[in-house]
Amino acid sequence: MDSPFGLLAELTYRCPLACAYCSNPVNLADYSDELTTGEWRRVLGEARDLGVLQCHLSGGEPLLRRDLVEIVAEAHDLGLYTNLVTSALGFSRPKAERLRAAGLDHVQVSVQSDEPVLSDRIAGATSFRRKVEAMRVVKELGWPLTLNVVLHRQNIGRVAELLGLAEEAGADRVELANTQYYGWAWRNRPALLPNRAQLDAAETVVRDARERLRDRMDVIYVLPDYYSRYPKPCMGGWASRQLTVTPNGEVLPCPAAQSLPLPRATVREDSLDRIWAEAPVMTAFRGTDWLPDPCRSCDRRELDFGGCRCQAFQLTGDAARTDPVCHLSPDHDLVARAVEAANAGSASPLPLVPRRRTRS
Amino acid sequence: MSDVSTMDRPRLARHVRLSFDPARQRHVLLLPETVVVLNGSGADILELCDGRRTVADVVAELGVRYGSVPDDEVRRFLTRLVARRCVELTDG
Repeated sequence: MDSPFGLLAELTYRCPLACAYCSNPVNLADYSDELTTGEWRRVLGEARDLGVLQCHLSGGEPLLRRDLVEIVAEAHDLGLYTNLVTSALGFSRPKAERLRAAGLDHVQVSVQSDEPVLSDRIAGATSFRRKVEAMRVVKELGWPLTLNVVLHRQNIGRVAELLGLAEEAGADRVELANTQYYGWAWRNRPALLPNRAQLDAAETVVRDARERLRDRMDVIYVLPDYYSRYPKPCMGGWASRQLTVTPNGEVLPCPAAQSLPLPRATVREDSLDRIWAEAPVMTAFRGTDWLPDPCRSCDRRELDFGGCRCQAFQLTGDAARTDPVCHLSPDHDLVARAVEAANAGSASPLPLVPRRRTRS
Repeated sequence: MSDVSTMDRPRLARHVRLSFDPARQRHVLLLPETVVVLNGSGADILELCDGRRTVADVVAELGVRYGSVPDDEVRRFLTRLVARRCVELTDG
């Protein structure tokens, strides 16, 4: 068993945005009993002892936690590399200065489009100008800046302009990640899944930009797995390199794994190292012994580990099957049919169901 | 990507931190979204990369410590890290 490198600390699922592509759980009320500052301190210390080196502070919107500066300071004092993943709402200059002083290492700002009206429509909130302002503050305070964009049918045509926005903001990295169909995004899949022509056009733009910006900006492009021949190597293997702690203290191998029918493990009842080593939610799919056919005899079993367990469960009802994204999966037609529909449908955008808001 | 020369003055990129991980007993480079686990000689090289020493200085100092250190191996190691934007070269 390896030690995890990264902790995704999901501090809260509360969020001022209502993005229709949100992959957080739909049953948000189950997560309202959030960990206290003291509990997060203990979790961070245990994570460090377990070998965690990077702490991604995410959500929801982590800035809605009033103790965010204290949590950053604790992580920094433990020697963790700290990374804030934010919508930028609440990222005022005074707050940013306090986070800087607390030792925050890196800021990732989400953007929904380069175009203000479309960005606000996708986010379900007036937010674009505040995001641009926040990016300026990030650079002025000397942080490395990453721009995060979730791509889908309604914004993938703007990849060139999005890269232009990142360049103008002085971003060091830009992550263009096609939507993963979990949580709310699953409900919106028909309206979000792009067609093949859209993807081809986006990939051409990305290839050119990588060449042109090679010395200035890392351009990360996450393929839409529905269009891949093989599945994604989810999290670098189940419970192998990363772990997630949800707002109420549940420990998971990845943020989507709350959907699986496995016994819960929580930091409120056990230590992180015991959970990592022994909890069924961690051991269920660790390694390759559990693999089904055709993965078991496949040359790629150490490359993609059978793909994503959550996607297998979502599409087939059985988390231990081959990810249906793989063209070798006996369930591949489930994905093929969705792709077919995305390429047959009308060009006019389908309505998005915005994520339900939560009271903060 | 051009190779690092003996007259370049390397230093860690601003967003990169060199750190020791007690859990793995190894030095690591911490970057946004990535960890690079180093072997002992990698850490020794990077600890000397302060933007003032040239690569030739680094090789000479390591030579004093360990006997002979192959200059081309140090340059290859740094070239790889420059390509990953972990290390920057300052003008002589």
